[in-house]
Amino acid sequence: MLACALSVLALVGLIVYELVTKSSLSWHAFGWKFFFRSEWDPVNDQFGALPFVYGTLVSSALALLIAVPLAIGVAVYITEMSPRWLRGALAFTTELLAAIPSVIYGLWAIFVLVPLLRQYVQPFLARYLGWTGLFEGPPYGIGMLAAGIILAIMVVPIISSITREVMTAVPQQQREAVLALGATRWEMIRTGVLRNARAGIAGGVILGLGRALGETMAVTMVIGNRPEIAKSLFAPGYTMASVIANEFSEATGDVYLSALVEVGLALFIVTIIVNILAQFLVWTVTRGTPARSHA
Amino acid sequence: MPENVMIPPDFADAPISIWRRSLNSLVTLAAIGAVILVLLPLGAVFGYLIYKGIGSINWDFLTQIPKPPGEPGGGMANAIGGSVYILLIASTFGVPLGIGAGIYLSEYGRGTRFGNLVRFTADVLNGVPSIIVGIVAYGLVVLSQGHFSALAGGVALAIMMVPTITRTTEEMLLLVPQAVREAAYGLGVSRWRTTLSITLRTATSGVITGVMLAFARVAGETAPLLFTAFGNQYWNWKMNQPTAALSLQIFTYAISPFDEWHRQAWAGALILIVLIVASVGAVRLVASRGMLKGAN
Repeated sequence: MLACALSVLALVGLIVYELVTKSSLSWHAFGWKFFFRSEWDPVNDQFGALPFVYGTLVSSALALLIAVPLAIGVAVYITEMSPRWLRGALAFTTELLAAIPSVIYGLWAIFVLVPLLRQYVQPFLARYLGWTGLFEGPPYGIGMLAAGIILAIMVVPIISSITREVMTAVPQQQREAVLALGATRWEMIRTGVLRNARAGIAGGVILGLGRALGETMAVTMVIGNRPEIAKSLFAPGYTMASVIANEFSEATGDVYLSALVEVGLALFIVTIIVNILAQFLVWTVTRGTPARSHA
Repeated sequence: MPENVMIPPDFADAPISIWRRSLNSLVTLAAIGAVILVLLPLGAVFGYLIYKGIGSINWDFLTQIPKPPGEPGGGMANAIGGSVYILLIASTFGVPLGIGAGIYLSEYGRGTRFGNLVRFTADVLNGVPSIIVGIVAYGLVVLSQGHFSALAGGVALAIMMVPTITRTTEEMLLLVPQAVREAAYGLGVSRWRTTLSITLRTATSGVITGVMLAFARVAGETAPLLFTAFGNQYWNWKMNQPTAALSLQIFTYAISPFDEWHRQAWAGALILIVLIVASVGAVRLVASRGMLKGAN
């Protein structure tokens, strides 16, 4: 048993070891500048990860922008408003969203979401919000916007299940006390529940961010895979995870492969920090309440 | 809309201003709207999977291997087989490791500093993006073997299964009452014997739940297989050869330019989702009765 427990530690150690040693070539060649250069030129062995970092950050931010209000709305409805008989069914259905594999989301996005965006949503956005500069250029369908939307759909269940968990951890007396003061239901939720659970909700949002940052397949299938930095959300982009997915098995040069592993190392470090932060925040709210199964 | 429709009866004659009442109704509507907006894509994904997939599943699809691009017919038999094969390899490594680590956490490392470290590390491992796990399996297995292989794919998925199984096993074993263990000790049964034949035995259905959850989680994984199992147009049952997998095949077919392949991608996706939903459903069924009831 001890050996099994040690092997969990060993696995993480192994991941760090593999990533660090295999990326050293690129690290020595480019140093910190690796993350601030936008050239990606395998022929001349010049590599910079800026477009990928940009794509990962923008697509994840877009996803959170869409997903957070929805996820909190769903959690509020399920825990505070829905009739008892509907509660279990709704919780199960939203959890089902998390069980759908990434590649199936990608498939659906290519054949359903992207044509929808191209024909209806993007022309509409371009006409009314084109002046912001965020929605201009030819409406391909494929691009940053599509990636953000599909990511949003994928992180909603994570954020809402954590939000539900921390809202349930808020003692019932809090609700009763606020109601007794004559609050409406919404005032009760806002002051009695959400305010007490806010650290945990922030944790859920950050956990969703961690998932969005590392998400690979669905994004790779719809983001367009072009290492460019464009202001418009209609333009194609590229993320850290997708560049690894697309180019790793074809990377011929040693420096090329090493540069891809370095992108992976950076992604690893960021997601680890994000996840630890999230767990800490959730823990500050749920500690003291009995452990819950994640089943 | 008349305001008194949305207001619960107990508020009806309380002196609450119209503004506060309508804000309350507005928020309720917004929350219902959010639920609908979230259920919409879920319905759309399942609807399209069934609509597009069911017509393309036929005997050929289930029994034939892929035809060259452009030729009609052919199927994904080798990919379905390959997925099962890779998952078997993954379970062989991942399940014992995960259960062992879970037993350690609940029976030996409870409250110790080392136990907490292992628990924390398992949670960290759970958050590692799957594509990173692929890189590691590539470095470990593919580089040392010299080529892509079913084994590499299995190792990648095993790494992903371990943390889920560890944590659920721990939680399930913690539900077993302490008195049960003490009863065994009282009869003179040794500690390891108690753990295996009494504690683990009592929590079996819970532990299986964890294994199934981990299984469902990795069954549809694609990213860690891209450069480990790699994919194959033919049958392969050798550990050290590239192997097809259902998720990889769906990916390749979805981004291809051929209509025939698109059709088959939908069919493959339908089969994959049925597999996953069935295992999640089985877990729910087990979890809804027996000793697990206290867990939820």
